[in-house]
Amino acid sequence: MNIILCECGHENPEGTNLCQKCGSPLTLEEKSKKIADMRYEGTAIRSKTYNKSIIDKIWNFFSSVKVGISLIIINLVAASIGTILPQEFYVSVATDAEKEKYYSDVYGWFGEIYYALGLSDLYSSLWFQILVLMLGVSIIIASIDRGIPLHKSLKNQRVKRHTSFMKRQRIYSEGKPSENTDQTLQLAEQTLKNLKYNVRREDDAILAERGRFSRYGAYINHVGLIIFIIAVMLHLVPGFYVDESIWLREGETRAIPGMDGYFLKNDQFILETYDNDPQGEQIKQGINVVAKNYQTDVTLYKQQENAVPGQAEDLEEVKQFNIRVNHPLKHEGYAVYQMDFRLNEIKTMVFDLTLKETEESLGQVSIDLTNPQDEYLLDNGAKVELMGFYPDFSGFKEGVPQTATQTPNNPAFIFKMSTPEKPEGETSFVAIQQTLEPEGNNMYKMKFANVETRHMSGLMVRYDRTIPLLIVGAIIFMVGVVIGSYWNHRRIWIEQLEDGTVRLAAHTNKNWFGMKKDLDVLKKHAHIPQYVDQLESENNEHVETEKDGKTL
Amino acid sequence: MEKKRKRSVTRGIILAILAIAIGYTVYGAVTKDKLEVVKAGAQAPDFEVVDLNGEKHRLKDYEGKGVVLNFWGTWCEPCEREFPAMTRQYSAFANKGVQIIAVNFAQSEFEVKKYVANMGMTFPVAIDKTKSVFTAYSIGPLPTSIFIKPDGTIDRIITGEMSEEKIAQYMESIKPE
Amino acid sequence: MSLIDLSGYLLYVAFFCYLFGTFLFGGAIKEKNDTAASRADKYGKLAITVTIIGFVAQLGYFITRWIYTGHAPVSNMFEFTTAFGMFIILSFIVIFFMYKVSALGVVALPIALLIIAYASMFPTEVSPLVPSLQSHWLTIHVITAAIGQSIFGISAVAGLIYLLKNVNMNERSKESFWLETVMFCCVLIVGFVAATVTFNVMDYEAKYEYVDTLDKVSTSTYMMPPIFGMNEYVELTEDRMTPLVELPALIDARKLTTVVWSVLFGTVIYILIRLIFRRKVATMFQPLVKRVNSTLMDEIAYRTVLIAFPIFTLGALIFAMIWAQKAWGRFWGWDPKEVWALVTWLFYAAFLHLRLSKGWEGKKTAWLTVIGFLIILFNLVVVNLVIAGLHSYA
Repeated sequence: MNIILCECGHENPEGTNLCQKCGSPLTLEEKSKKIADMRYEGTAIRSKTYNKSIIDKIWNFFSSVKVGISLIIINLVAASIGTILPQEFYVSVATDAEKEKYYSDVYGWFGEIYYALGLSDLYSSLWFQILVLMLGVSIIIASIDRGIPLHKSLKNQRVKRHTSFMKRQRIYSEGKPSENTDQTLQLAEQTLKNLKYNVRREDDAILAERGRFSRYGAYINHVGLIIFIIAVMLHLVPGFYVDESIWLREGETRAIPGMDGYFLKNDQFILETYDNDPQGEQIKQGINVVAKNYQTDVTLYKQQENAVPGQAEDLEEVKQFNIRVNHPLKHEGYAVYQMDFRLNEIKTMVFDLTLKETEESLGQVSIDLTNPQDEYLLDNGAKVELMGFYPDFSGFKEGVPQTATQTPNNPAFIFKMSTPEKPEGETSFVAIQQTLEPEGNNMYKMKFANVETRHMSGLMVRYDRTIPLLIVGAIIFMVGVVIGSYWNHRRIWIEQLEDGTVRLAAHTNKNWFGMKKDLDVLKKHAHIPQYVDQLESENNEHVETEKDGKTL
Repeated sequence: MEKKRKRSVTRGIILAILAIAIGYTVYGAVTKDKLEVVKAGAQAPDFEVVDLNGEKHRLKDYEGKGVVLNFWGTWCEPCEREFPAMTRQYSAFANKGVQIIAVNFAQSEFEVKKYVANMGMTFPVAIDKTKSVFTAYSIGPLPTSIFIKPDGTIDRIITGEMSEEKIAQYMESIKPE
Repeated sequence: MSLIDLSGYLLYVAFFCYLFGTFLFGGAIKEKNDTAASRADKYGKLAITVTIIGFVAQLGYFITRWIYTGHAPVSNMFEFTTAFGMFIILSFIVIFFMYKVSALGVVALPIALLIIAYASMFPTEVSPLVPSLQSHWLTIHVITAAIGQSIFGISAVAGLIYLLKNVNMNERSKESFWLETVMFCCVLIVGFVAATVTFNVMDYEAKYEYVDTLDKVSTSTYMMPPIFGMNEYVELTEDRMTPLVELPALIDARKLTTVVWSVLFGTVIYILIRLIFRRKVATMFQPLVKRVNSTLMDEIAYRTVLIAFPIFTLGALIFAMIWAQKAWGRFWGWDPKEVWALVTWLFYAAFLHLRLSKGWEGKKTAWLTVIGFLIILFNLVVVNLVIAGLHSYA
């Protein structure tokens, strides 16, 4: 490794712009600048010092701020592309074929392309995750690469700086104090201490520093970000994260997916709406009611110790709870959320066994669709046998009725009605708005009387052991950002020559306005000559300037 | 030179750790379902069901025998197509120590009994009223058949309809020695 | 007088205070010769006093509405946008006391005025809260995020002033073109307000039945003459103009009609301004910012971003995650509004890195602050009204 020897005798690593010790410019480029480049204190960024092996090359790639910023921008653009059309998980269809159809039906050719490019599931795509992780790597490596040298150079600061370093600071002043020349440094020291600066003095030079810790803010927040990203990655490790959903009908008890040994019973689903008249935007969009509350009253059960799946007898009640939006049921780290609902699924159907001629009823048969019986006896000796039940009747195949699903969307029945007149029984196929009588003209019919329905709740089961880590990451991040944003690192170098001339240079990483206020106080108490903001005078050279101190 | 070598090693280690972490995450994200607990080679979760005749079947009690666990529903057409073959193979393997248990997806007893009588299924059929066994085995589409070896580990998981040859072949492979 | 009426009057008071304040700030700058410095100072003091009175009135609106409705008035487009305008004023007042720059007021107050005027074009009725919005975390999240965004707004104000001062508008350049475009966009908001008010005064209303993307029949009420008709529309109101073009279900023709009318009105207004004053809109502001200290503007633009960034992070991301965790059991769901909050955040993160590491200062900083604020407005307007999501108001 090459070293650069400064005129003060300090050995600097290759790539250093300003001597770590005294601050003299070391490169030609740096020497030509009117104001010193103080970013990273002019230290060598580690990665720039070698560029040999493949490891170094990868390292250098990720340590580059240019690459880092590019990655931020690429992530930004990628993320925004995913919002053009709704993502697949907001589209409530199940299979891939249905999804493809949905996108092309609803959004036309654009939807088709969007789906074909995989943009409809962008956030879980491989390339998007790799992009995010690359940004994470960039954060880690760039922080190591810049944070360590910065820390070293902040720690090794010398009080007395090279004249050219002083002169090339943005704020500089030189001249004889207006009074008390022999006490300038004491006065300055005292004033700066009152302003809560850390003051170091070496002979006839002073270095006053305030808020150095704010320089570490950026690195602290990067640590927080990394912890956050790690926590998110942990979601993929088995046992850290459960994300399941469950549909539960009223009265039903089910094993909770992802929550072994627990069962949930839906006692009741409640939908409340506001009883107001629709207004404004509501009318424009044709929405009539606004929901006030979605609620599922549930009972949580636990299996007996040592029980295995399938053993659902002797369940032990754990608790009853009313799950509402924003108020999940919580138990042992698990949480069950109200997510969705479906109203009015048929539960019970009631029929009248009716004599066709007179419309006279022999009695009612009430069929619980969750537990149909083989036969239903009526008081007067009549009997209705249930020969077949098809909850979601979808037509006949070779004369046999078929059901499309297990859900009672379109229930159909085959009845055999035994009556005093027809003791041997009459067969009838009954579906909604459809009756078939295979044996010809029956005397009796099953006349639909009424129906009882029940609601279904869509619940979400969540378990997330990464939450504490996420919280830690977020807190560290916030602390880092606040430190880095709301505090600033101010430094003032003062040096008095033998003839009494005072040189003052000042630097802050931000908020020059506040820095100048400090300097004004210093000027007043230590009688130091007026400073010049070299950047401002450079900027305003051609512009008429306001009266001093008054800005509009 | 020593310092430089040390630095290279440090960088190499950091990069390697990052690469492994990224690799794992990406792998995990892509093969999400393969991280499930129920997979070929793993121990089959124990369960207990009661069949239509009121008899209890517990997986643990079948140790030393091969078990075919078939998850089905009455509306499922591929299930319907494979049952005759399964019934035939059940009798063929009856003395060879392979048991078939069909687990229905929480339908009513009426529907299941009618269906079983109609299909002439001879092996035990149970109704998983609380979907507890379905949940334990993370069953998605129907039919799904799980072939369990005599030692209680899962030999294979088949989603979808099987031909009679396949059924015979898979049952053969879980037959006790 | 009921509480909700009082609330409405207070908002009017605030609006006129801001309007008056704008001219006073203008007066504070206009004084040229040094002898008038003290008068300028007086104007400045008067201007900030009027602004503060306006702010207190608007705070009164906010609180009375909160008491009346029982929830924080940030739950629909009108309420949120009005609050956003209020927080811009609040941020301006704070920054004004830090830096005492009157020029900020000349730009910040009109922007707040435009935003509040825009807000009042939306239905102002009190609407009940759907279950997912009934959460204290939501209130905290929305208010904190809005404060963060409004401080970003002030940084855009400083950036805009910097550009108005430093971009040579007499030269044909990309910069002068884009700066004039920004001005044109502001005029478009005026156009939206003008179009809405015009048709409101005419009492225009036309109802249609149409078929939506899922083949369901819905109704839609136009408040402006329909340029575009909804998919397979059927007129329910008689004697109304027939839509010129029927659009597929995918596009909400009613909203597009509003946009097109706004652009038409805005463009006409813009052309009128150009014809009457015979100069670019940007040059009309230039005399007001002539004596602004560029370095100070650059610093304000940067410093306000620094102040806003942690607040925005907390409000728009962290509190949002807490709320999402409470409501849905997942702290992040890639909802469009969430994504755009993340996009905004990434943008300002890139801004900070560019400034710190790449030394992007001056005009570059100024442009970035303006772009950042445009992203925020995009999030507020386009994402809310066009890209539907969980946050979609109304």
